[in-house]
This record gives sequence, C-alpha cells and structure tokens, in this order.
Amino acid sequence: MNISLDIWTWISAILTLFIFSFLYGDNPFYKFAEHIFVGVSVGYTIAITWHNFLYPDLIVPVFKQGNLINLIPAFLGVLYFSVFFKNLSWMIRIPIGFLLGYGSGVAIPAIFQANIIRQIQGSLLTPKILERKDLLIGSIISLFGIISTIIYFFFSREQKGVSKILAKCGIVFLMIGFGASFGFTVMARVSLLLGRLQFLLRDWLGLIK
Amino acid sequence: MRRKILLFNLFIFSLIFSLEIEVLDTPNDAGNSLTILIKKPAAVDYYEVYRKEEGKEFSLIGKLTKEERSFLDDKVMRGKLYTYQIVGVRDTFKIFSNISSAIAKAQFFNTARINVLVGIIIFSFFILYFIKKARKGERLFIRRISGLDAVEEAVGRATEMGKPILFVPGIGSVADIATIAALNILGEVAKKTAEYETTLLVPNRDVLVYTVAYEVVKEAYSNVGRPDAFKEGNIFYITDSQFAFTAAVDGIMVREKPATNFFLGTFYAESLILAETGAATGAIQIAGTDMVPQLPFFIVACDYTLIGEELYAASAYLSREPLLLGSLKGQDYGKLIILLILLIGSLLLLLSYLPSFSFFSKIIEFFNVS
Repeated sequence: MNISLDIWTWISAILTLFIFSFLYGDNPFYKFAEHIFVGVSVGYTIAITWHNFLYPDLIVPVFKQGNLINLIPAFLGVLYFSVFFKNLSWMIRIPIGFLLGYGSGVAIPAIFQANIIRQIQGSLLTPKILERKDLLIGSIISLFGIISTIIYFFFSREQKGVSKILAKCGIVFLMIGFGASFGFTVMARVSLLLGRLQFLLRDWLGLIK
Repeated sequence: MRRKILLFNLFIFSLIFSLEIEVLDTPNDAGNSLTILIKKPAAVDYYEVYRKEEGKEFSLIGKLTKEERSFLDDKVMRGKLYTYQIVGVRDTFKIFSNISSAIAKAQFFNTARINVLVGIIIFSFFILYFIKKARKGERLFIRRISGLDAVEEAVGRATEMGKPILFVPGIGSVADIATIAALNILGEVAKKTAEYETTLLVPNRDVLVYTVAYEVVKEAYSNVGRPDAFKEGNIFYITDSQFAFTAAVDGIMVREKPATNFFLGTFYAESLILAETGAATGAIQIAGTDMVPQLPFFIVACDYTLIGEELYAASAYLSREPLLLGSLKGQDYGKLIILLILLIGSLLLLLSYLPSFSFFSKIIEFFNVS
C-alpha cells in the first residue's frame, strides 16, 4: 500500500467519498461537498470568462492594440445587464435577437443538410440492395421503421386506423433504438465510475498499479 | 526510312511521357484552396507537386500516386497568385509538366448545396403559410399528446400533498428550441400552480434562461390574477457548471421532496442522475427533451416522457401561440414530403435496376451535398 501524501489528492478523494455518500441518502457530508462544488464552479466560471474571453477578446484588442471594432460585441454583451433596470430592460432583446438570428442562420442549413438531406439519401432503397438478400431485408425494415416513426410524430391528425397501427410500430422501433442507446451509454457511465474508483484505489490509496 | 522510325519513336515517347496539368480555383469554397488537375497523365511511378509563390522559388508541397489525377492545395491565401508544376518520376527519369497558375477566390454561393436551399424554401413556405393562417385566427388541429394529461394531474397531486413542484428547464441556452418549448410549458404550469397556490421551484443553469424563466412565471401569476402569490426567490440561478448544477438540483429534490418534477428542455449526461434521484424521492416525473441519447434515461426513470418533437408539440398545444402552431403544422407537411420522397424515390430507384429505367438512378445524386 502506497498512500498518497499529496494534500490535493486527499481533498479530492474525501470530496469524492462525500459525493458518493449520496447513494446512502442525503447527509451533511454530501451537503458540504455539494455547496463547495457549486461555489467553486461559479468562481471558476468567472475566472474562465475573464481569462478566456474578456481579457484576450476585449481588453487586449481594445486597450493594447487599439482595435475598437471589438467594442461592438462588448456593447451587445453589456446590454444583457439592462435587465436590471426597469426602464431599459427592453434592450436585452437586442443581444438575444442577435444571438438567435445568428444561431438560426448557422444551424438551420447545417441541420437540414445533416438531418434531412443526408438521412433521406441514406434511407432510400437503391438497386444495390437487390444484390444481397440480407441487405434487402435490412433496408426494407429500416425504411419501414423510418416511415412508421415519422407517422408517430405527425401531429396534425388524430392517430386512428392504419396511422395508429403504423404509429405503434414507430414506437416499437423507437424503443429498440433507445434500448441500444441505453445499453451503450450505461457502458460509458460504468467506465466513468471505474475512472473514479481507479483514482481512489491507485492515486489515493496506492492499492493498485 | 530511319528518320521516319526516329520520328515515330519520338511521337510514341511524347505520348507516353508528356504531362499536362491545369490549375483551377476550387469551386464552392471560401477561397482557401486550389485544385491541380492532371489533364494528360504520363506513364510514371508517382508524381511530385511543386508550388511557387510570387518572388519565391518552386518548392515540393506533396506527392500523388500514379493513379491519382488531382491534388487539392488547401494551404493557399485568398487573392494571391500561385504557380504549379508537376514532375512525374519513373526510375531515374523525371518528366516535367507545363506550368500553370491560378488565384484562389471565394464563392458567394455554394452551388453544391442548392438542394439544401430548395428544401429550406419548401419547409419555410409551409411554416410561414401556417403561421399566417394561425394568426388570422384559423383553428389548426393538433392532436393531444398523452403526457400532457399528466400535467394537470401532477399539479393537483402536489397541491393535495402540500408539496412543491420542481421545474428544471434543461441546461441549454435560451437559443435552444427545446429550452424555448420548455419555457412555454413552464408558463402554463405556472398558471396552474398560481391557481392552486402550489409552490413552484425553478432552478436554472443559464443566466439568460433564468431571466426569461423569471419573467415567464411572473407573467403567468399576473395573468391568472395572483401576482401576490409569486415568490421571486423560487426562480433562481445555481451555477453554470453542469454537474455542480446537477448536484444542487439533486439536493433540492431530496430536501424539499417535490411531489412533481418536470425535466423539460435540453439535457445531457445529467439526465439520468436527475431522473433517478427524482424517482427515488417518489415524485411524479414528467420529462421531455430533443436530445435523443438522453431520452432512454427519461423513459426508464420518469412517468411520462415527451419524445423529441412531442416537446415542441406540447408547447404549441398548451400555449396556442400562432407562431408555434403554424410552425408545427408546417413541419408536419414537411414530414409528409419526406415520406413521399422516401416512398416514390425508393420505388423509382429500384426500377432503375431495369436497363430501360436506368435514368432513374440519377435521383440519388440530387441528395449529394458537399
């Protein structure tokens, strides 16, 4: 056994155990770790904002390089604080509008391309599938799954008759997909837990190599 | 006779060993690349690509195999002249191509994405058309979503138990569609909590979402004539850090023991931690997100889950906002078009297997995007 003598490893390990104690139930140790976590994260965010954004993108260009154009986004940012003044609070709409407009302009074509055009192309049945039986069956099932799932998400009509049956099939396909995704993510989460256990057993207690 | 043979040999030699290139500005880019095409290849083992900038000497920038016919130089500056030469190498011989120059220019419009433009125009048309209809007061039918029935039941349960309701509007920004949908639903939930005088707790991870959530709840309380019941301390900002926020919300759930938890909006890895803790406290849980990888966790740990677009539909259904209703209806018609494309497109593509219908195989090219 080769226990760590580093004070930060000890603090980190104790806080990890405090957080794990939540598995037993709410307790003062968890509460202590939770409050430290929240407080430190807020302080950390402020420091990160200063070092990664305000200083390199505003202070340096404007005050050290004389690049006044950066004052425009800075002004937009300042407008967020207008919410604290009743008479000026309407001005917060300007940066939010800018953010939403810019975000939509960038996102819509990209999402349309990746989530619609490419997906349609990938889902269409092509003559290639006629060359192999397994490919043919798989592609037909996949297309049926897509069509029935889309029907499930059709909100303009009441689901009854054929559309109800198809929507139910759609839900089955969705659940199969979710099941696979669930298993995959749980595996990833277990690896996170293993990482934390490795920290406790190796870095802190030195029980494993 | 010997002269003729010599000329013939020279002709054959020039055919085998001549090398011709052409340099083009790469189409549909931001002016940061040039394409070197081998128009006339030579019988060589490989090619070396040389580039020369104004006032400098030729330098080697890359190699091509004997099968390759183009080279993309993406390390050029827009508006600057570059000269290229390709050298074919065969054993100890070197064959030099002609010298070709070009300037990289930016294209305003990416013609390879015309299909995206066409699609967006069609979708936008439907959405704008239905928004206009909804604004005119026309009643647009939206089917009821099962999870929504639970909203009233959940608020009623919290009132009967004398316990608060927890509403987490996700950890996304105010620009996320799911967050906007969640805030719309928050408004409706807040109206009900105001009527029943039930405590509504809204922890936030994003400062802007907090600002909007605060206004939404305040307005909802005013709209039902209960501005006095609004407690501004119940809508609060916690922290920007994802897991610190999660730890804090978990703490709220085990200490305040809300009767109902709403997890609506954008969620990431914290989804299962939140939903699992909520389930352990015995609360009724209604979740909804468009983050597909998180949906399985909500489905297993919550009583009702609004899957993907159902969240937007729920928001439109509850708020009856013309903008949301029209948008939802427009999207439905978009889906209808996708269904038709899939069915008709697949049929025609399969028909292209027959030689007389082979021209249908070109349909797939319409969906090529670069």
